Amino acid sequence: MTWSIHTFASPTRFMAFSSIVLPYVWAAAIAFIAVGMYLALFVSPADYQQGESVRMMYIHVPTAWLSQFGFGLMAFASAIALVFRHPLADVAAKSAAPIGAAFTFLALVTGALWGKPMWGTYWVWDARLTSVLVLFFLYLGYMAIWATIEDPNRAARVAAVLALVGAVNLPIIRFSVDWWNTLHQPASVFRLDGPTIHPSLLWPLLIGAIGFTLFFIAVHLVRMRAEILRRRVRTLQMQRAAT
Amino acid sequence: MMAFLALITREVRLAVRVGGGGGMAVFFFLITISIVPLGIGPDLNLLSRIAPGMLWVALLLSALLTLDRLFQGDQEDGTLDHLLMGTMPLELIVLAKGIAHWLTTGVPLIVAAPVLGLLLNLPIEGMGPMMFAMSVGSPALSLLGAVGAALAVGVKRGGLLISLLVLPFYVPVLIFGVSATRAALIAVPGDMEGRSLMLLGAVTLTSFVVGPVAGAAALRANVN
Amino acid sequence: MSNWAEFFAMGGYGIYVWPSFVIVTVVMVGLALQSWFDLRTQKRLIAELEVISEKEKP
Repeated sequence: MTWSIHTFASPTRFMAFSSIVLPYVWAAAIAFIAVGMYLALFVSPADYQQGESVRMMYIHVPTAWLSQFGFGLMAFASAIALVFRHPLADVAAKSAAPIGAAFTFLALVTGALWGKPMWGTYWVWDARLTSVLVLFFLYLGYMAIWATIEDPNRAARVAAVLALVGAVNLPIIRFSVDWWNTLHQPASVFRLDGPTIHPSLLWPLLIGAIGFTLFFIAVHLVRMRAEILRRRVRTLQMQRAAT
Repeated sequence: MMAFLALITREVRLAVRVGGGGGMAVFFFLITISIVPLGIGPDLNLLSRIAPGMLWVALLLSALLTLDRLFQGDQEDGTLDHLLMGTMPLELIVLAKGIAHWLTTGVPLIVAAPVLGLLLNLPIEGMGPMMFAMSVGSPALSLLGAVGAALAVGVKRGGLLISLLVLPFYVPVLIFGVSATRAALIAVPGDMEGRSLMLLGAVTLTSFVVGPVAGAAALRANVN
Repeated sequence: MSNWAEFFAMGGYGIYVWPSFVIVTVVMVGLALQSWFDLRTQKRLIAELEVISEKEKP
């Protein structure tokens, strides 16, 4: 697809916009994360049942939230790409995937490390962790399409279809995993978040979650800029090869 | 309608003649089930407990084997472009291919399943319910698999990619299918078998919509 | 000083808490750095290509 003078207006405007906004997003992300982690490690109290291990909640919950957020963002951008063919939409979708996958991986790892003191084993096939594992596979499949199909425009369309099929199937998968988990209910009942979250636990969690989300957005903008430039490079190289 | 049935017939004949059909899948089914006791040990009690799950897992994996040929041949010789420009909606074409895949791969696997169940000491009374559950669930395997085949069409050695893309979507079929099979063998409170079968049926019905629609979208994305 | 020892022990859970924080930090910083390096590479490639096309102009 050749970038005409008109379509170039949109990516160019995005490049200008993102270069202005990025420093502030980074600054805000670092600030929120720093405050949140300080509160999490030094200020917030140990839990009545879980002791100090509850501090892992402050990083596990945001990573789990961002793994879902990343996929939602990917699916939304893919829908825009397929329906409206906005040139930036598939750039947004492609850029979000590795970030979402990374946070999904972190959610699994921190979940396992939190699970060991709580449940006694590193891995437990509870409904939540199992669903996150399947989500991780969906991310990997999406990234595999971009890696396998050479033409970026074709890869974009195919990946967009997969993202939407994944988004449609995800509730079904999650329901079935939940259902499966209640069938095989383990002996003791595991409560990850306890009865209600005390305010002294809630604030560090929210601040940290906001910080992590801002970090996601910052990295996303950086990757989108890189992807736009990468396509320009490819166009220039192909033009040179043609002459 | 006639064109639709003609397409299914053509696909089935091609699969049987050219060999993209179920023979290889059944062979794989047999081998996979056979190596399970070699890995786990010959304890018949243990084998009969895992039999429903293992048979379903092997069913899933075997169904994947013949998917990469679903659209590949047509893409290579130009039939796909023909079909895209033709009068039959692409969604119906995908549906026809999915049904043909079920007829040539799914049904042979279902027929083979009770025999393989003997290898894992599956109780006789479980075989009927298992075949019924597989009959309800295996069309979903073919139709969802068609989506994967359509996404990966034109990719060299796309079979592995198809498996990676499609297996997460197979999870509900696996869960409800095994549950229906085991409920027939172990007394479980509540009508677990009936509930599982209904959920399984719901997944299959959904796949009758998602499969053709998404498969057609994937083909268009690949060919444009 | 004993306060620091207690802090690192995290009530016996230290072996789980600290690796979690470390791996999250490593992955996030790594992701940010990789993204930034990629952006720099693309910028460099564009600059190079534009120089070449300038030179090749009649």
